[in-house]
Amino acid sequence: MSTPVLQVDGLAVHLRGEGGLARILDDVALTVPRGGTLGVVGESGCGKSTLLRAILGILPRGAETPSGAILFEGRDILSDDGASARGRIGFVPQDPYLSLNPVFRAGDQILEIMRRHAPGSRRDHRDRLIELFRAVQLPDPEGALRKYPHQFSGGQRQRLLIAAALSCDPALVVADEPTTALDVTTQREILALLRALVADRGLSLLFVTHDFGVLAAICADVAVLYAGRVAEAGPTRAVLDAPRHPYTRMLLACHPDRATDLAGIPGTVPAATAQPQGCRFHPRCPIVQPGCAAQAPPMVALGAGRGVACPWHEVALA
Amino acid sequence: MTALRLLLRDRVAAFGGLIVLFALVVAIFAPWIAPYPDDAFESHIMQRLRPPSAEFPFGTDNLGRDILSRVILGTRNALLVAVAVVVAAMAIGVPIGLAAGWREGWLSETLMRVTDVFLAVPQLILALALGQLIAPGIGAAMVALALTYWPFFARTVFAETRRLRSALFVDALAGIGASPTRILLLHVLPNAAPAVLVRATIGMGFTILTAAILGFLGVGAAPPSPDWGLAVSEARQHLPEAWWFPTFPGLAILLLVLGFNLLGDGLRDAADPRLRRSRR
Amino acid sequence: MARYILKRLLLALPALLGLVVLTFVLSRVVPADPAATLAGDAATPALIAEIRAQYGLDRPILEQAVIHLRQVLTGDFGRSVFSGRPVAEEILQRLPATLELTFAALFIATVLGIPLGLVAALHHNGVVDNLVRVLSVGGLAIASFWLAIMLQLVFSMELDILPLRGRVDVALGMPPRVTGFVLVDSLVAGRFDIFLDGCRHLVLPAITLSLPGLATIARFTRSGVLETLQKDFVLYARAAGYGRVRLAAIYVLRNAVTLVVTQVGLLFGALISGAVAVEAIFDWPGLGTYAVQAILSADYKALLAVTLVVGVVYAVVNVLVDVAQVVIDPRVAEEGR
Repeated sequence: MSTPVLQVDGLAVHLRGEGGLARILDDVALTVPRGGTLGVVGESGCGKSTLLRAILGILPRGAETPSGAILFEGRDILSDDGASARGRIGFVPQDPYLSLNPVFRAGDQILEIMRRHAPGSRRDHRDRLIELFRAVQLPDPEGALRKYPHQFSGGQRQRLLIAAALSCDPALVVADEPTTALDVTTQREILALLRALVADRGLSLLFVTHDFGVLAAICADVAVLYAGRVAEAGPTRAVLDAPRHPYTRMLLACHPDRATDLAGIPGTVPAATAQPQGCRFHPRCPIVQPGCAAQAPPMVALGAGRGVACPWHEVALA
Repeated sequence: MTALRLLLRDRVAAFGGLIVLFALVVAIFAPWIAPYPDDAFESHIMQRLRPPSAEFPFGTDNLGRDILSRVILGTRNALLVAVAVVVAAMAIGVPIGLAAGWREGWLSETLMRVTDVFLAVPQLILALALGQLIAPGIGAAMVALALTYWPFFARTVFAETRRLRSALFVDALAGIGASPTRILLLHVLPNAAPAVLVRATIGMGFTILTAAILGFLGVGAAPPSPDWGLAVSEARQHLPEAWWFPTFPGLAILLLVLGFNLLGDGLRDAADPRLRRSRR
Repeated sequence: MARYILKRLLLALPALLGLVVLTFVLSRVVPADPAATLAGDAATPALIAEIRAQYGLDRPILEQAVIHLRQVLTGDFGRSVFSGRPVAEEILQRLPATLELTFAALFIATVLGIPLGLVAALHHNGVVDNLVRVLSVGGLAIASFWLAIMLQLVFSMELDILPLRGRVDVALGMPPRVTGFVLVDSLVAGRFDIFLDGCRHLVLPAITLSLPGLATIARFTRSGVLETLQKDFVLYARAAGYGRVRLAAIYVLRNAVTLVVTQVGLLFGALISGAVAVEAIFDWPGLGTYAVQAILSADYKALLAVTLVVGVVYAVVNVLVDVAQVVIDPRVAEEGR
């Protein structure tokens, strides 16, 4: 078996801020196999964005990674000499409206990225970009090079950004809820495009979202994040059909097939500065047991690539 | 009151406020604080151009007058001129801004175009021309400064009125039959007050500076007035020997203008939460 | 783009026309008796009457206004009471000196102010940041005439390393006039010695004049960069692997500079105001000294002409600023459409 494209191991991210030390991520482990598609799902504030920023090397000032590793093609990109490997991670941001600098031509901004990370001459880059524009089905690929961001629609901008993510021949594409800022029709088009690209080019994809529907449409595997920890992980189909962690089970209870909203659970995600001891879900958990507050539950392997961070995963919900 | 607390927490602004307060106290009690209060008018040729000493901490000027005393006495003039100019400019600019902002139409257009014309000429140049044409002297300079500063108030109040005019509570008031005058004076004006206050504070600093330039150029205060700008002008003939002669009046200008500018900045931050971010 | 510039120029016209009206009102309405003002202190009634007829002051006010407008449009500002020469000619003679000084000041303010603001924002709360904060309030609080005198005192009188006054050394003389700018004309004439001397003469007045601009530009660059750094596209650019230096110096700065450019336009008014006092102190033969001289000799025609010319220059600069903004940020032109 070859090394996975991305392997996150025991990752912790702390942020020192005004409210004290926030343990945003704690002992997070996940894997994106070569050619695999992993979805990371969770409520806002669960640490999805921080995980993404850690992978992309853009953690905010004051953030530390006291433990863990992020192995990209076997090299730890948290270490100084591994950081250069990040050039081969493509990134599709959440908001296509805000992610391009309005005062530069969109094409020039992408060419700048290629100049930094892709081999070849300026002309090569240009040709390759036009080809990519065609691949992401951007109308008038040649003309697009001369346009400013505000001259594109939202969906077209997201296509531009997908092209940018592909421009340096990435081994992994990281996407941060790339459809939330778009209207429903455009969302569907962009998802279809991503799915086609993943299939055609054999891309490895890490896809962050809060939307199970989107997740089901594009990811083979899923990792459910709660309050900075992985609650449950496994093949998307299996997890959606038979969730095991009380948190996932409650999430999916109303729409066992396609839960789209994660807000239907009493209580709220705890503040990162005041995480409960033990299992972080226990204050909201309907099947909470005496030991839950004492110790963080380890991942229990369930077979078939599944795992759940709850020793009581077989107890029925009240 | 929250604004006041915010202002006090902003140390730099509080420092500015302290300077202004200090200047106010000095201005009010000037004749009692100044070591030689009579030096506003009296000259003592025998002790001219003495360097700073225990007797004359800031030295003496070309007519043997104690510079410290004249700086202290000049505080009163500087503040009086600035307050008078700013109040007069407000008296012109605020009603114009209210009137132009309340209704759209030819009156509003005309008023704002006139405002633009006044803003199209640098204030000092306009003040020079006006001051000279009316009659050289401190009175004319004050009138000229007021006539060049009112457009800033008109602009500020205009913008606030336009913003508030479409506010829900104004519609509600009009609905229950409140007259436009009543709405403008009792409801719109108090809402525009913070912006006007900020403008006024910054205007104080600006006026002190511009009045000093006018004094320096001989269009403002006339001798023997203990005017700071005038003192720097008189000092020019006695350089480089009497370095203390222009230094201290100039520092006084710097300190007072700095006080008003810092205070104005702080007020702006306290009054407008959106701008608070940019300071950080 | 061309359409935008044209539109912007047309927008400036009403203000300029208003300015002509304003100067008219200033000259005919503000003085109780303009003819007496013109005649001066020692005027006989006969002389006043003669002047009244000569300047058309006895005609109806509207007719006077039309004549005034026609004169202004043809560049006829009358003759100076002081020198007897046409005011327009004297102003043209002196305008380049003022422009050279203000451009130099603007150059210093920009070349120092933008990097200072950038470094301050990047090292938020660092040494440079605090320096910029002090500068940005202090620079606007200093009276230009006082700073000028203090600089003269230190660098010209005590240290004797820079000239006290004037544009070039009398011994060298002015270069043959082509543009009226000493630094340009000296190079055209191939007189490098005059060029250097011109620079030396320019240093103190330009520094004095640049301080308020430097303060404003550094301040706005700082807040602009701080604001831009918060934007999503900066985060995206970092994630996509832009180089650090390029990100700060070009990518972020260009956004921040749109704010600064507007300020430069507004600053120009302050610069010209400041130039009046600074020119007077450094004996700089520009519009400022001309205005002061006009005040001292009660030469109101000259004074009004200066007001008008300054207003026009100011308007033109602000049009240029708007154009520059479109070049930097293409969205501006579309919003204005």
